[in-house]
Amino acid sequence: MEITTKKFKSCDLVVVNGRIDSSTAPQLTETLEGITDDGRYKIVLDMSDLEYMSSAGFRALLSSQRVCKRYNRGEIVLANVPERVKEALELAGFTELFKNFNDAIEAVGNF
Amino acid sequence: MRKSTFEANFHNLDDIRDFVGEAARQLGFSEKEIYSIQLAADEASTNIIEHAYAGIDNGTIEIDCSIADDELKIVMRDNGRAFDPSSVPEPNVKADLSERKIGGLGMYLMRKLMDEVFYESLPEGWNILTMIKRKGAAG
Repeated sequence: MEITTKKFKSCDLVVVNGRIDSSTAPQLTETLEGITDDGRYKIVLDMSDLEYMSSAGFRALLSSQRVCKRYNRGEIVLANVPERVKEALELAGFTELFKNFNDAIEAVGNF
Repeated sequence: MRKSTFEANFHNLDDIRDFVGEAARQLGFSEKEIYSIQLAADEASTNIIEHAYAGIDNGTIEIDCSIADDELKIVMRDNGRAFDPSSVPEPNVKADLSERKIGGLGMYLMRKLMDEVFYESLPEGWNILTMIKRKGAAG
């Protein structure tokens, strides 16, 4: 799995390529923590190249969402969520915890 | 029936998903069903690695995939700690962000994605998890 990040004025864009499972979720956590440790709490997670995500990924997202939303300082939003991942997020009741956008540009524009 | 043994390590999740995916594809499940089966197998394996073998090195997971009629049966065997599924509370999937707990999510997903999930802990020390998915049933 590869993760790339890009800093915009209004937010950080995180692009994940590949599969997030118990083996790779720590990388996602590390990336998100790196951003929030820097005092930045508005994050777009672009999932267009994400093939798969297990509950290990959900856990990483939940943890970071809590940090970002604290004191209303920001949030993590999702862009280009693949159909299969969306179905699993729905099953787990996660879709209501994250705003969803059809593309990254729209998501970045949200901030 | 296909049988394979995997070291109980997260690095093997790719191979485990491929293994069950092969069997599911052979039976002609849809792409959505194959993804569900792979996800369930991933969650099950993760639980075995994290809980059954917590603090234990060199554990293994034996996985059998068998196909009969329109049914895929996946059996996972480990000899780590015995597990009592009733001890895991169901997560509240409607709780808001601050209340939401992650614990139990893996098992919850397994039960939603597969048609049947059951556990046995044998006295000789084997834990046996069986998951069944039928072709064409919803999801």
